Amino acid sequence: MATHEEILAKIQEILADALGADEDEVSASATLVGDLGAESIDFLDIVFNLEKTFEIKIKRGELFPENLAAEGDGLAADGVVTEDGLAKLRERLPFADIDAFAADPQVENIQDLFTVDMLVKFVAAKQEAGE
Amino acid sequence: MRWIWIDRFEELVKGVSARAIKNVTLAEDHLHDHFPGFPVMPASLMLEGMAQTGGILLGDLHDFQHIVILAKVPKVTFHSWAVPGDSLVYDAQLLDQRPEGGTVAVTASVDERLVAEANIVFVHLDQNDPQLGSIDQKNFVFSMKLMGVMEVGRAGSGTAAATGSESEGP
Repeated sequence: MATHEEILAKIQEILADALGADEDEVSASATLVGDLGAESIDFLDIVFNLEKTFEIKIKRGELFPENLAAEGDGLAADGVVTEDGLAKLRERLPFADIDAFAADPQVENIQDLFTVDMLVKFVAAKQEAGE
Repeated sequence: MRWIWIDRFEELVKGVSARAIKNVTLAEDHLHDHFPGFPVMPASLMLEGMAQTGGILLGDLHDFQHIVILAKVPKVTFHSWAVPGDSLVYDAQLLDQRPEGGTVAVTASVDERLVAEANIVFVHLDQNDPQLGSIDQKNFVFSMKLMGVMEVGRAGSGTAAATGSESEGP
């Protein structure tokens, strides 16, 4: 079983490769979109590389769900994620720091939930579950 | 100009590999500008041919139910170049595939000389995808026009291109 540090080191390598970032930019707290410049296409590339590197299976939408909170579904109103929306985020992104996000739950900040640290926790949980 | 950057599809092993060839010729106008006095196959068009080869390999896996779009080229290296008279052979291997798309590794070579190698990521779109209207058709890796290259073998020697274990017979 790989340690947290080993997983982080491998993920740093994957992200540096997939996003053309320097490895020292890929800190645990770095956000994929804001700090590292990831686009939606890169998410697929990252999923492929995580599956191969860690020998895990990631279902569609499991790591990077789409349409997390849209206006009109009760999960967001006036550009702000509602309480129901926050509950939904906790359910769909169990490894993201929703508490920090809840301090300023703007819909446009949802992308900041995808951090390097979230990927590390996701992979660790996957390996533990033997998936 | 027809956006077909392979001349003949030579081999397809379903879900595993594909091979196509591209013959470089001075009849192609762009070679006279790229470069004057030193005609070489533009690397970008070589990459397009490699993507078309890999895209057909991926598209075939799902019986062409999805539109396959070139999304990203994480790695590409050009080691050499190809000149008029050269036959470029594109060999594609399927690395990964999942419902959202797939990745292939493709090499381009002239005889024994490795000219280029690339990893290419594709995404799947469905015909009824609402986003489809906003995408320029040129981004499609293949259209049914491109699929005509699968038939070229029949016109030439009268035999079909090999399709792995499934022989189409004489």
